[in-house]
Amino acid sequence: MVILIPLTKIAIAIGVLLFVVTYLVYFERKISAWIQDRVGPNRVGPYGLLQSPADVLKLFFKEDIVPLAATKFVHSLAPVISLTIAMSTYAVIPFGPDINLFGQKVKLIVADVDVGILFILAFASIGVYGITLSGWASNNKYSLLGGLRSSAQMISYELSMGISIVGVLIVSESLRIYDIINHQQGWMWNAFIQPIGFITFVVAAFAETNRLPFDLPEAEPELVGGYHTEYSSLKFAMFFLAEYANMIIASLLIVALYLGGWHLPFVETASLSEGWLPLISVGIYLAKVCFLLFVFIWVRWSIPRFRYDQLMNLGWKVMLPLSLVNLAWVSLLVYFFKI
Amino acid sequence: MAVKKRKKDLNFFERIYIVEILKGMMLTLKHLFKPKFTRQYPEEKYVQPPSYRGRPVLVMDNGKERCVACGLCSRVCPALAIQVQAAETEDEKERYPELFEINMLRCIFCGFCEEVCPEEAIVMSKDYELVFTKYEDAIFGKDKLLVPVEQLKDRLEFIRAHR
Repeated sequence: MVILIPLTKIAIAIGVLLFVVTYLVYFERKISAWIQDRVGPNRVGPYGLLQSPADVLKLFFKEDIVPLAATKFVHSLAPVISLTIAMSTYAVIPFGPDINLFGQKVKLIVADVDVGILFILAFASIGVYGITLSGWASNNKYSLLGGLRSSAQMISYELSMGISIVGVLIVSESLRIYDIINHQQGWMWNAFIQPIGFITFVVAAFAETNRLPFDLPEAEPELVGGYHTEYSSLKFAMFFLAEYANMIIASLLIVALYLGGWHLPFVETASLSEGWLPLISVGIYLAKVCFLLFVFIWVRWSIPRFRYDQLMNLGWKVMLPLSLVNLAWVSLLVYFFKI
Repeated sequence: MAVKKRKKDLNFFERIYIVEILKGMMLTLKHLFKPKFTRQYPEEKYVQPPSYRGRPVLVMDNGKERCVACGLCSRVCPALAIQVQAAETEDEKERYPELFEINMLRCIFCGFCEEVCPEEAIVMSKDYELVFTKYEDAIFGKDKLLVPVEQLKDRLEFIRAHR
């Protein structure tokens, strides 16, 4: 019984993740099509809803091609690293407040770790290995360039991301994501308290997930797909999955750290019965996450890619000072107003 | 045309680009809800104007081809796609094509055959859906080429108007 609950949680978390990723791809294609005045996938199943499952199925049956001169072991290891890292980060992100299920209090989190944020930061930094190693092991100049770019990008943006998070930690005085969310009740969302930190964190999150304004590791026009040029079949699928999983993690994190998690003003003060409030909270949380995922896709199809030097300029000359300014602002706020 | 602004001429708010980014995002958001241009092809077909050049067909008048097998189309065809064999007939026109074949793998839809034809006997139709699985299927004989004149009216009017 003790082991059963975490195992079900893990199974549910991974199942939901895989399901959401397939449909995230579908919605990405749909929204991109709508933005470009097209219709998008609409042939497979009603409204094209079976397109993504069909694509996954197709990837299963594709031939797995490994370049002759590739470092075989690392070439196979890299996608595994990417995916494992992306998935294990889910373990410490809560999906809602505690709910009562069959008379038992269930936490909607796989592992309620005290150092949640630290854990996420650590794992996000390991994630870069997957991309860098895949670029190096493919023995392809484009892949190598993509891998190198991603490592440089990740390092420079992780810094401002970390410093923006410090602002959040100062306010909430805890590394547990539960405490951080519970500290943002009412209008006390971190996005309002520290708007600069919010912006730097969102930009850094886009860079960390290699999404479009910063997708230099992939950069289809110049790098032919970057680090996953030499990958096919399920290994490619793993990279794909990891990329979208990272996107979901980033949205969850932005909501949890800055947009008040499952808190929404007026909902808590409205008298709701004990049974309904947690469910509504989960709904609010997921709605916020969905909106952020939409923003991720929306930005991808609106804003052109940065040039490499612009990326580095932005990272070191703009993002880093801004996050430091935010840190100073939060420190002063806490020192004088004790929020 | 708007005067090109250099980066040094931009003021601070223009230089941080946030306004421009938001403008761009609003533009894409607007397009999200606009009607789409896509034509759902197999269900919803393109309605061609009479100037459309589809596959060339032979005009059939009163159950017979107008063609007198002069062979001009065959001569003018840049892709050498047309083959005509003439024979005699009791009709007023005296000659008719015993064999008329267009190799649709060679045809380039240029419409020269139609242009050169003195009898308005070969015209470009609106048919563009040409699928074959075998080489033999791609050679269209008289059975596939003959089309009643009623179906080709607007094309015939078009070539008369623009000749």
